[in-house]
Amino acid sequence: MHKLCTREELEIMKGKLVNNRQTASKTIILCGGTGCKASGSQQVADALKEELLAQGMDSTVSLRITGCHGFCEQGPIAVIEPGNIFYCHLTPEDARDIVTKTIKNGEVIERLLYTDPVSGVKIRTELEIPFYKAQERHLLSQNREIDPCSIEDYLAIGGYSALIKVLDGLSPEEVIREVKVSGLRGRGGGGFSTGKKWTQCREAPGDEKYVICNADEGDPGAYMDRCLLEGNPHRVLEGMLIGAYAIGATRGYIYVRNEYPLAVKHARIAVQNARRLGLLGENILGSSFSFDVSVSRGGGAFVCGESTALMNALEGKVGEPRPKDVHTVLDGLWRKPTTLNNVETWANVPLIILNGAKWFSSKGPKGSKGTKILALTGRIKNTGLVEIAMGTTIREIVFDIGGGAVDGKAVKAVQTGGPSGGCLPVDKFDLPVDFDVLYEAGSMVGSGGMVVMDESSCMVDVAKYFLAFLQDESCGKCVPCRLGIDRMLEIITDITEGRGTSEQLDLLEELADTVTQTSLCGLGKTAANPVLSTLRYFREEYEAHINDKRCPAGVCQALITYYIEPERCTGCGVCAKGCPYGAISGQKQEVHIIDTELCQKCGICRSECKFEAIQVK
Amino acid sequence: MKSLQIDSILKERGSQPHQLIEVLQDVQDCYGYIPEEAMKRVSECLGVPQIEVYRVASFYKAFKLKPVGKNVITICLGTSCHVRGARVLLDQAVSHLGINPGETTEDGLFSVEYVNCLGACALGPIVSNDGSYHHHMTPAKLRKYIDSLCCEERGKPQDA
Repeated sequence: MHKLCTREELEIMKGKLVNNRQTASKTIILCGGTGCKASGSQQVADALKEELLAQGMDSTVSLRITGCHGFCEQGPIAVIEPGNIFYCHLTPEDARDIVTKTIKNGEVIERLLYTDPVSGVKIRTELEIPFYKAQERHLLSQNREIDPCSIEDYLAIGGYSALIKVLDGLSPEEVIREVKVSGLRGRGGGGFSTGKKWTQCREAPGDEKYVICNADEGDPGAYMDRCLLEGNPHRVLEGMLIGAYAIGATRGYIYVRNEYPLAVKHARIAVQNARRLGLLGENILGSSFSFDVSVSRGGGAFVCGESTALMNALEGKVGEPRPKDVHTVLDGLWRKPTTLNNVETWANVPLIILNGAKWFSSKGPKGSKGTKILALTGRIKNTGLVEIAMGTTIREIVFDIGGGAVDGKAVKAVQTGGPSGGCLPVDKFDLPVDFDVLYEAGSMVGSGGMVVMDESSCMVDVAKYFLAFLQDESCGKCVPCRLGIDRMLEIITDITEGRGTSEQLDLLEELADTVTQTSLCGLGKTAANPVLSTLRYFREEYEAHINDKRCPAGVCQALITYYIEPERCTGCGVCAKGCPYGAISGQKQEVHIIDTELCQKCGICRSECKFEAIQVK
Repeated sequence: MKSLQIDSILKERGSQPHQLIEVLQDVQDCYGYIPEEAMKRVSECLGVPQIEVYRVASFYKAFKLKPVGKNVITICLGTSCHVRGARVLLDQAVSHLGINPGETTEDGLFSVEYVNCLGACALGPIVSNDGSYHHHMTPAKLRKYIDSLCCEERGKPQDA
């Protein structure tokens, strides 16, 4: 790989790469994202390599290990091209059959096909799977096309064309205008207009400016940024390059969570390769534009998702937020004008430049344009990453793409937007994914987490969960957040433990209002949302805890008792073996009983009983 | 103190206070935690007061100030894992090993930690140990996993 000095040299290289790519006929595309890796895709990859070698097909068939395809629940997954054949839940033992039957003879292996949990039908190709069919994939679609560690792969599918277009003849102002007209809003949670942010930063006085990619995805239940940075790091880099050109920055940073080791690795490799080719550095492709990027690992603090706290962290300091009376576009990293966008926002930029602002703004309702990646998880059949056009309703996402609830239970709510968002009940499921609409409804699009809950989730417990999370993550700098969240958690704990009073609900609402109004940063300002939204839509659950001392979902430990249903108990003894407190006794093959004095209500027995004999009252 | 290793971590980073977090990450990768001795060296080399090094090391969740066990059983408590019963797994790990989160067994073999999200939400509940992820965990699977590690380490199953 040698340094490219002009745009023409890059075009020639791209041409060659495209030709080479077309000659490889058969390809096994195996997902190597974090999810599939956890399910053993590395072992499958090794077995496939070995098998291809053993059958002398290693030079004619290409095995591409890619980033996340999004359908993590089915992992490890592979797609065989041509033919678009989709195989799931692969094991190393399947390698021989895949190579012998599918690759050699074009035969489809029934047992490896995906079975639609709704219809029970086996589906042959990726395109026919309802989970994929209902999506509109522009950001995620490239993941399966490339090896994330190969800049050649990215170039071969048209990568860095947007950068060339910009360097070839768009002025910084024109780039910003395009982004502004597209209607792109920040994908990290705030939903601020990206074009406006860039304009302010470009117009800010000073020669030294910075761009930052926020990959400190701390929202529990959200992992779309991980997937993009892991699976297509060059797209993010290309977005940053275009942003830096537009605002006049010469230096950029990717601040990535250390909990995402694969994303850290792939981002670093991408930066090195881009530098080697001269796509980062001085006078990029012979232009007067110079820009370089460093990758910094986060220390694991949720508050660092807040822009000023993140900038403090990049400066090597404690990640506490600063007052934002002067915005970071004027006074950011090292007190210089700085543009911070999250991974998904940056990844959208090359698409907007290549396809035009009109193309982008043709998707989605007024005020919420383009597509959004959501992490659809929780108590639902199809879990994974889904990319939909903004404006798609929650119902379509949960039922058409997600396939509805598991275990024959009923869906009760969906939590959107992470700890800053809220819980929406089923009767709000016709609301579209739209920044303003969800905000009005007491939740938010946020970074795109969408956790589905069914009747086995207690909404008071969910509010308590988020408060405990936020209390743990509050940096402690400002009093309303530090003490307000503490007191709210104290009240909710009282309620879940049977000490709650109805007056406390008023106090809770008052406190929530104070914390929202007076906290320093976004973490505190939105901390009350999970409480307020559950109070708004699930007040009867709070009242059951307070008035009847009862947890309707059977979750809050202090209000429930475990017992064994004699008719269902087979006397297998698994529960007694699993109980850490020795609270379950009984002879083999006979009905067991729980000693309520000894029982700590941990629920381990219940999760282990195959016969649903352990019940809660 | 493996002074050679800390020297190589600090190489070319002298007098660069903004490198503090990166340096501490590398120190932790090397030692498994941030030893006091290392904090002193880092302070001298980067030109950051010791109190500030300590403040940063104790602020961020990723940094451990005490040695951790050979196996760090990390339970993900992200929202998705939570609604799928991750709390039970934490209870199981704690009761099975007889230590609280953040503590290490006397023989130094196990620590129990929790994390607020590992980003493998579709496969929850997730338990990780040294970079390997275990998905769709149940208390029984976790017990078996811990016992299998015990067997490897001690050559016999642990009394639970």
